[in-house]
Amino acid sequence: MAYDFLDIKLIVNGEQVSARVPARMHLVDFLRMELELTGSHLGCEHGICGACSVRVDGVVVRGCLVLAAQCDGSDVLTIEGLSESKEVVDLQNTFVERNAMQCGFCTPGMLMTAAELLAKNDKMARNEIREFMSGNFCRCTGYHAIIDAIEITMEARREEERS
Amino acid sequence: MPDGIVGNSVKRLEDAELLVGEARYVDDINPPGLLHASFVRSEFAHAKIKGIDLDAALNSPGVVAVYTLDQIMDVMTTDRVPATFPAPQPREEFGSYVLAHDEVCYVGEPLAMVIAQSRYEAEDAAALVNVDYDPLDAMTDCRSAAQPDASATDTRNKGNVFSSVSMGYGDCKSVFENAPNVISETLYQHRGVALSMECRGVVSSFDKRRGKLTIWASCQQPHGHKAILVDLLGLSEDQVRVIVPHLGGGFGPKLILYPEDASVSAASVKLGKPIKWIEDRREHLLTTTQERDQVWEVELAADREGRLLGLRGKLYHDQGAYTVRGTNIPFSAATTILGPYILPNYQIEVSVVHTNKVPSTSMRGAGHPQGNFTMERLIDRMAEKIGIDPAEIRSLNLIPSDSIPYEQPLRTQAGQRIIYDGGDYLKCQEELMRTLDYSGFSVRQQQAKSKGRYIGMAMANYVKPTGRGPFESGLVRIGTSGKVSVYTGAVAMGQGFRTAMAQICSEQLGIEPDDVIIVAGDTDTVSNGIGGFASRQTVCAGSAIHMASLKVRKKVVSVAAHLLEASEEDLELENGKVFVKGVPNMVVCFRDVANAVAGIPGVALPEGISAGLEAEVKFKPENVTYANGAHGCEVEVDPETGKVQILRYVVIHDSGRLINPLIVDGQVQGGITLGVGHALYEHMIYDENGNPLSTNLAEYLVPTAPEVPNYEIVHQISPTERNPIGVKGVGECGVMGVMPALLTAVENALQDFGVKLNSYPVTPAIIVEKVLEGGGYS
Repeated sequence: MAYDFLDIKLIVNGEQVSARVPARMHLVDFLRMELELTGSHLGCEHGICGACSVRVDGVVVRGCLVLAAQCDGSDVLTIEGLSESKEVVDLQNTFVERNAMQCGFCTPGMLMTAAELLAKNDKMARNEIREFMSGNFCRCTGYHAIIDAIEITMEARREEERS
Repeated sequence: MPDGIVGNSVKRLEDAELLVGEARYVDDINPPGLLHASFVRSEFAHAKIKGIDLDAALNSPGVVAVYTLDQIMDVMTTDRVPATFPAPQPREEFGSYVLAHDEVCYVGEPLAMVIAQSRYEAEDAAALVNVDYDPLDAMTDCRSAAQPDASATDTRNKGNVFSSVSMGYGDCKSVFENAPNVISETLYQHRGVALSMECRGVVSSFDKRRGKLTIWASCQQPHGHKAILVDLLGLSEDQVRVIVPHLGGGFGPKLILYPEDASVSAASVKLGKPIKWIEDRREHLLTTTQERDQVWEVELAADREGRLLGLRGKLYHDQGAYTVRGTNIPFSAATTILGPYILPNYQIEVSVVHTNKVPSTSMRGAGHPQGNFTMERLIDRMAEKIGIDPAEIRSLNLIPSDSIPYEQPLRTQAGQRIIYDGGDYLKCQEELMRTLDYSGFSVRQQQAKSKGRYIGMAMANYVKPTGRGPFESGLVRIGTSGKVSVYTGAVAMGQGFRTAMAQICSEQLGIEPDDVIIVAGDTDTVSNGIGGFASRQTVCAGSAIHMASLKVRKKVVSVAAHLLEASEEDLELENGKVFVKGVPNMVVCFRDVANAVAGIPGVALPEGISAGLEAEVKFKPENVTYANGAHGCEVEVDPETGKVQILRYVVIHDSGRLINPLIVDGQVQGGITLGVGHALYEHMIYDENGNPLSTNLAEYLVPTAPEVPNYEIVHQISPTERNPIGVKGVGECGVMGVMPALLTAVENALQDFGVKLNSYPVTPAIIVEKVLEGGGYS
């Protein structure tokens, strides 16, 4: 069996990357195996659990449902880049305050999705936050503390804007 | 012990690296020259194997080797994985095969292994292996499989019933003949998967020159894994090291050493190369051990007022295709059924039955939730029969607080007496009723009904043994750097274990928790350990570390007294320093103390002082300690769509002294959510031929954020005297009580339709069907 390979150029966490990738390799395998960015996790590889969530061209996607080759010319942000940028440092601190992670396997994906929610800068009720986060599974926390952390961060940001 | 660091919601030490993607789980470990494994799995629930054709796979690109059992037998001492729990039965005889060779007994059972340069290539080649099957009848229902004329689930065994046990006390026969109230029910409890977010995985690396096998495994008991691999591969203890990296959740099934762990390790020994296998989610749903399938045929007898007189019946436990971890689940179910109640007579016939499904082993709760479910459902049905309130029948039968310690007239599987050691069960229930506004509910229910809304409320009490022995190890060491390290055979599975242990150690040594380095899950650092299960680690490892810390503290003081030429009684510890009270310039730091006993070649140690600044304790609890609690909830059910919304969920919880309340709350919240999944969503569906039909996360549904409410947790604190730190376990407590409380609440909401629920999960389709049976909703 011969495989097709493709040459791609993309930006990952702000840096230009060129690579020759198997056509069938999905984005998270590429990030993890080729770039050693192991913060994005694979929890199901069929687009349900959200552990692999990454940002591609400003939108959070399931990294397991996107082929690396599709990201030719794209701008990809992973948990490593998101952390480096300090975009959600307040949320990350609140995750610690509220004990919003236990094993931590879902946490990078959870933060990617929550970052998108916070960036919308809407006022959301708790059940709306729950709805927004429904694509990210957690088996440890029961979600309570995660929703707390997001809600507290959202309120704090709005408070800061008002003052 | 004074309350200082212990007892506070100290921020978790684990979080910093988890938050930025720097944690290293097993799939993040890539030794140089790493190869990848993929498995060929049975497509039938039961079949004879006539042949396995490897030719096409061997010629596939990137393939290094393709192995069936025969080809790895030269590096193994046996073809079966030894059971990891010492059952009274022989250990080897009923375990899984390292690779199946003549017969397969469940869908997904591994038959052959491909080793290739990449996972992609390994999977390509595995798909090219051709297996010639001769299908046999499969048994999926444990009660049918237990019948004498049932077809064999495994033609190599003598019968499908692995074990039959009769347990009980008193005289049920005469009690049931004369009891004024007797009810009879058949209850079905359903199996599901643990579904840790990280699937199973192993990296095995055999260094041929050094003769050493290093295994990074996503597992809950590294010392147990090591012992099995030493046996299985015929190696010596110094040749095998098992390391648990960051664990992405365990919940029970990762206690097992699976066929994949064994065969990947065997292949690494054979090839002298590191090999990785990471389970995918489909494999997890097919092959990771599952739990809770049981059928209970039970009767409950009570007097006219509702006092329990006796319980009797049969329990059929679905063991799955092999016995890989003994029979602890049905035993625990059959003893925990007594719960916080006084039950004068009890008799249960337990049958542990093999079926053609993936083996059953412990999952968060390990049989205890099943016993609890059975008792709580029966009590509610009895209340209904007699016409009294569910809270009233419970309080009538609860063990009063002045009778504790209370001995239940049964023994555990290990032969231990069951003596409840604390807690106020009635107070818990009353606190629950107050928090839920239980007394006002019937009015609210009527008001809701007048607006076309169906709400229901229910409760469940539980008692759960925690802190199972036989021991756990804790070694505390202050090195010549002055840094404090703790080594233990327990495993950090994500609970916040490191933080809790650091709190316990730091409090005794007068330092901050983040000054303590916790090394857990590495067999090269401590000689023995038991691992993470049975809500045991804070109790057992926590006590060991507490005691070892006290010993180290004592030695620090004695050496410092020598160095400072002061009296021991005059010394105090603070911030890693020892000083004479009131004389702050008379001070030595831990570094000085450690160096004083580290030894200089040829120079004698100070008189009467032994070498090194460390202590190891293996804490052996005399018995388990019993946590307890009361669960209650209010639900709204849409009789048209079958949707259940949990409006409130309250837990009154007593696990003794709390080391870190925030972590404890997290454990309870997570446990409840697993229970919500069991009660309402998680359905591992097998067809009549044993084919699993729910093998992805679109088919096997688990709770996500919108399905669960904000939880209300109230702590009662009854410290135990069975360990020096007064703690009881919590890890499994959250799941206790959830299934009976939710099912009863749904019944309560739908009482107009006469809905009776004797099994879980209660999915919307089942609710709609029951409502239609009860006359339908218009």
